[in-house]
Amino acid sequence: MRRMLGAVIAGLGLVLAACGGGSAGSDAAEGSGASDQTLTVFAAASLTETFTELGKRFETDHPGVTVRFNFAGSSNLAQQIVSGAPADVFASANTKQMGVVADKAMIVGEPQVFVTNRLQIAVAPGNPKGVASFADLAEPETTLVVCAPQVPCGSATQKVEQATGVDLKPVSEEPDVRSVLGKVISGNADAGLVYVTDVAAEKGKVDGVNFPEAEKAINDYPIGVVTSSKNQELATQFVELVRGEVGAKVLETAGFGTPAGS
Amino acid sequence: MTATLPAQADAERKAHDRHDIGIGLPRWLWLPAVAAFTLVALPVVGLALEADWARMPELLLSESALTALRLSLETAGISTLLCVLFGGPLAAILARSRLPGLRVLRSLVLLPLVLPPVVGGLALLFTVGRTGLIGQALHLWFGITIPFTTAAVILAQTFVAMPFLVVSLEGALRTAGQRYEAVAATLGASAGLVFRRVTVPLVLPGLVSGAVLAFARAMGEFGATIAFAGSLEGTTRTLPLLVYLEREVDIDSAIALSLMIVVVSLLVIVVLRPRGAEGLR
Repeated sequence: MRRMLGAVIAGLGLVLAACGGGSAGSDAAEGSGASDQTLTVFAAASLTETFTELGKRFETDHPGVTVRFNFAGSSNLAQQIVSGAPADVFASANTKQMGVVADKAMIVGEPQVFVTNRLQIAVAPGNPKGVASFADLAEPETTLVVCAPQVPCGSATQKVEQATGVDLKPVSEEPDVRSVLGKVISGNADAGLVYVTDVAAEKGKVDGVNFPEAEKAINDYPIGVVTSSKNQELATQFVELVRGEVGAKVLETAGFGTPAGS
Repeated sequence: MTATLPAQADAERKAHDRHDIGIGLPRWLWLPAVAAFTLVALPVVGLALEADWARMPELLLSESALTALRLSLETAGISTLLCVLFGGPLAAILARSRLPGLRVLRSLVLLPLVLPPVVGGLALLFTVGRTGLIGQALHLWFGITIPFTTAAVILAQTFVAMPFLVVSLEGALRTAGQRYEAVAATLGASAGLVFRRVTVPLVLPGLVSGAVLAFARAMGEFGATIAFAGSLEGTTRTLPLLVYLEREVDIDSAIALSLMIVVVSLLVIVVLRPRGAEGLR
């Protein structure tokens, strides 16, 4: 019994050594010892596909650098960073959660808005219910699912409601945009209010219906380097990649909009 | 040093057995036992320490909190009742009948216990949802849609809580054995009479214990509910769903509601779980 425990511990040690050794080996291969670093990026869940791609490009441009991602809801990420999670870069899906971190003076300089996102109506492929406008969503025979006002997509929905005077009667207020999309894809809801980028990511499974009132609730995505980062220079370079030409192209393809200021 | 301990303990236990003093516990059990207890109990203490006690009354008496509490108690109550009405007979059959393939059946009943609840929710969605196996027929023939209704919450809770009742009750039935039933039957009682007057009273503690666990599990249900029933105040937003949502805007409110769930669940387990059932599995 005790021998088995010993074996398990020794095995664990080996695994750990192997993990640690990986970077040491590449370091030796580099020779210079200048690189061999890990950049940790905390990014909003809606950035999963685009940032993963940008991370790969960054690794290609910076040999020896590994980019690690933590994708989750922006409020979760903000809580984690404030609680001391080791993040180098934070990209939030709204200014409010970036503010939670920036207010504690944990962001270098001013966070910069790098993309915007706006709402779109997700419907079943072919739009069988013929949803054509935001006002159509209030039709009683249309089963509508939205985000709860507590989360960014829900507060955007609320803003459009107030701006248009349309009183929506959703059957459910979901805790995140993915759950809304899921209910539409599974055919249990006729329509859902999600982001343009979510519809783009599920092409073929849902269709998107644009509505002009979406302009009333544009969501800003700010990005910034975390002050406690030990890789300030590398982190700044990553932010530059995201905000630069390469980043813009990748993000635009995914459906993100360009911020008004730039 | 530690290597000799189990052997020592073994010897001690043998000695105890020989002198018929009863089986003592080896002392080394205490260390992992205390660690296990700490792991379970300490996070609750952490939660309580983090709470904003000054705002507690205001947070717990808010309309959304009270609505969610009422909905949680109602749905968990109905779910428990359904577990007893349908799970009770199922446990009796699993424990007593000589059906072939009973082992497979028993494993299937345990499935909700090991499945991630969100998987259960998705399974329900694709079965009773509007496009699902049964859901489509219900929708077309009767105009009934289950998702996004309180009925969906109850269905999700019953799904996840059922194994708790079935396992507790089946254990009680097996431990009780069939001697008394056999006697009653030889005295001329019908199967129905034996079941009502002998079997049920015998396993009542196991039944209550299982029902209490099922209720507590139903109260805490989150994953299956959010996947299958959605979240709307007063209709489908139970306490766990409200906690998850409040976390986004007001962590103090989420903590207060979490503590409310802890207190309600503890009350149910401590007050209602019969003493006699504690030895039963």
